[in-house]
Amino acid sequence: MLRLEKRPNPSQAWGYLAPILAVITTMIGGGVMFALLGKDPFEAIRTIFYDPLFSEFAWYYRPQLLIKGAPLILIAIGLSMGFRAGIWNIGAEGQYIIGAICGAGAALSVYPLDSVFIFPVMILFGAIGGFAWAMIPAILKTKFGTNEILVSLMLVYVAEQLLASMSLGLMKNPEGFGFPGSRNLQQYASAHNAELWTGTAIHMGVVFALISVIFAYIMLARHQMGFHIRLTGESPKAAKFAGVNPNKLVIYCLGFSGALAGLAGMFEVAGPSGQISIDFNVGYGFTAIIVAFLGRLNPFGIMLAGLLMALTYIGGEIAQSSLGLPSAAIQALQGMLLFFLLALDMLTNFKIKLAKAEVRI
Amino acid sequence: MDLSAISPTLLVASLMVAATPILLAAIGELVVEKSGVLNLGVEGMMITGAFSGFAAAVLTGSPMVGFLCAAIGGAALSVIFAILTQYFLSNQVATGLALTLFGLGLSAMLGQSYVGIKPPVSAKLDLPLISDIPVIGPILFSHDFTVYAALTLVTGVWFFLKYTRGGLILRAVGESHDAAHALGYKVVRVRILAIMFGGGCAGLGGAALSLVRVPQWTEGMTAGAGWIALAIVVFASWKPARVLLGAYLFGGVAVLQLNLQAAGVSIPVEYLSMSPYLITIIVLVVMSTNRAKSALNAPAALGRVFHASR
Repeated sequence: MLRLEKRPNPSQAWGYLAPILAVITTMIGGGVMFALLGKDPFEAIRTIFYDPLFSEFAWYYRPQLLIKGAPLILIAIGLSMGFRAGIWNIGAEGQYIIGAICGAGAALSVYPLDSVFIFPVMILFGAIGGFAWAMIPAILKTKFGTNEILVSLMLVYVAEQLLASMSLGLMKNPEGFGFPGSRNLQQYASAHNAELWTGTAIHMGVVFALISVIFAYIMLARHQMGFHIRLTGESPKAAKFAGVNPNKLVIYCLGFSGALAGLAGMFEVAGPSGQISIDFNVGYGFTAIIVAFLGRLNPFGIMLAGLLMALTYIGGEIAQSSLGLPSAAIQALQGMLLFFLLALDMLTNFKIKLAKAEVRI
Repeated sequence: MDLSAISPTLLVASLMVAATPILLAAIGELVVEKSGVLNLGVEGMMITGAFSGFAAAVLTGSPMVGFLCAAIGGAALSVIFAILTQYFLSNQVATGLALTLFGLGLSAMLGQSYVGIKPPVSAKLDLPLISDIPVIGPILFSHDFTVYAALTLVTGVWFFLKYTRGGLILRAVGESHDAAHALGYKVVRVRILAIMFGGGCAGLGGAALSLVRVPQWTEGMTAGAGWIALAIVVFASWKPARVLLGAYLFGGVAVLQLNLQAAGVSIPVEYLSMSPYLITIIVLVVMSTNRAKSALNAPAALGRVFHASR
C-alpha cells in the first residue's frame, strides 16, 4: 500500500513541476476525450496547442494571444490575492460585466463629444464599477459574516440580467435599426481602446495587465499588505496574533480583484468587443480562476498561465472550424486541467511512501 | 396588468414543481456537508445530471431510465471530486469550482446534438376523484414522480441523520474527523459515500429540470440552481426540514416572478428575473446576522482536509 507523509515544507521543485505535468496530462486526457468524440486525438491536440503559435497562419493568431490573454491575466492577478488569503471571489464574471457597463456608459453618455479625457474617464469608471460590485459581497462579509462565495456568484446572474436590460433598453443604439446592443465604441474615436502599435494587438488592456503583474509582485514581496495576505493564507492563527485585521483584508482583496475585473471588462468593451450586447461576457471571469491556480497564485506564473489559457481559446476556435470540435470542448479541457493540477499538487505537500502491510487480527 | 389572473392554487402547485430540482440538489448537499465536506460542484453535477438524464430519456423513450441515468451521471462526476479531495487531499473549494467548470463544459459539449428535441413526457399522478378535489387535488395529488421522490428523500434523510446509527457515524465524521478516526470509523469511506449520494441527488435535481420543469435541453440550463441549492443548505442551518422550507420559498419566488412577467407588470422582465438571486442574497444576509445561532449547527469539520498521520 502507498502512504502519504506530510512534507515539513512544500517542495519547491514540485511547485514548478506540477503545472507543467498538469498541462501534459491534460493533453493526454483531452486526447482520450476527443478520441471518444470520434476525432483524431493527435490532430486535435496539435491544433489546439501548436497551430496557433507555429502554423502557416500563426501571424494572425499570435497577436490574438494578447487580446485573449490580457483580460484573463488582469482578472486572475486580482483573484490570486484573495485566494492566497482564503478569500474566495468567484464572481469576477459579474464584476467584469459591470466594469464594461460603467466604462461604456461613461463614453455613451457624452457621445459624440470628442476629447482626450474620455478614455481615461472610462478606465476610471470601469475600475470603479467592478470595485463597487465586489464591495457588495465584501461589505456583507465584514458586516454580517455572509459567505462571499455564494454572494459574489449570485451577483454574476444579477449582472447578466443587468447587461441584458442595458443592451435592450438604456444603452441600445438609437441608430441600430432596432437590433439589441449599444453603439459600437470602435467607431467612436475618443472612446476606442485601439491598438497602440499597428499590427501588434497591444492595446491599453495589455499594458494594464503587465502593470498589474508587476504591481502584484511588488505588493506581495515588499509591501506589508502583501505580507498580511501571505501570512493569513499560510497560518490564519499566526496572522491573528500578528494583529492582521481580517475585515481590512476582505475589503482589500475583493476590492482589488473587483477593480481589475472591471478594468478587464472596460478594455474589452471599448476594444475587441466594441459594444455592450447580451452575449458580451464569454466566461473570462471563470476561466481566470483556473489561470490563477495554474499560475500558482504567483504574478509571473499567472502571466504564463494566462497566455496558455488564451492559447487554448484560440486553438479551440481553430479546432472548431477545421475539425468540427464543439466549442464547449475547450471549457471541458480547461476544467480537466484544473483537476490534474489539483491532483498533482499533492506531491508538493506530501511525500509518497511505500507502507508496510498493517497487522490484521 | 391583470394580477387576478394569478391563481393561488396553481401558484402553490407550480412552486412545488419549480422547487423540486433545487430541493433534490440541496438535500444531497446537506448530507455531504454533514459529513464535513464542502462540495461547491453542485452546479456542475446538476447540469451533468440534466444532460445525462435527458439523453437517456430521449434514447430509450423512458423518463424513468432518464432519472436513473441522471443520478448515475451526477454521482459519477462527484467521484472525481471524491478522489481528488479524499485521496489527493486537494483544496475542497478549488476542486468544487473545477467540478462546476468541467461539468458545464462537458455537458455543453456532449449535449450539442440534443438541443431542440422534446423529451418523453413524465407521467403525472392522476387519481380519479382525489386529484379532482379543488385546491387540495392540484396541490397534493397531481404532480409528477420527482415532486414525491424529493419529499420522500427529505424525510428519509431527516430520519437517517436523526435516528440511525449510520447517520450518527456520518455526523461524527463531520464534527470531528480525528475523533471519528480514533474510534475506528472509516472517515474517507463515509465521506466518499456521502459525496456520491450528494452527486446522485444533484443529478436527479438536474433531470427534474431538463425532463419535467423546462422540459428541454439547453446549454447551461441550470443557470445557478446548483449555487442556490448551496445557499439553501446554509439558510436551513443544515436541517432537512428547513431545506424543504427554503426550497419551497425559493420556488415560490421563482414562480411568482414568472407569473408577474406573464401578467405584464410594468417592471422590466430582466429585473424580475434577477429577483430569485437577489432574494437568495438577502436570505443569506438575514441568516448570517444571527451568526452565533446559525454557526452552532454547522458541521465543525466542514471543508477541512483529513489526513490520518497515524
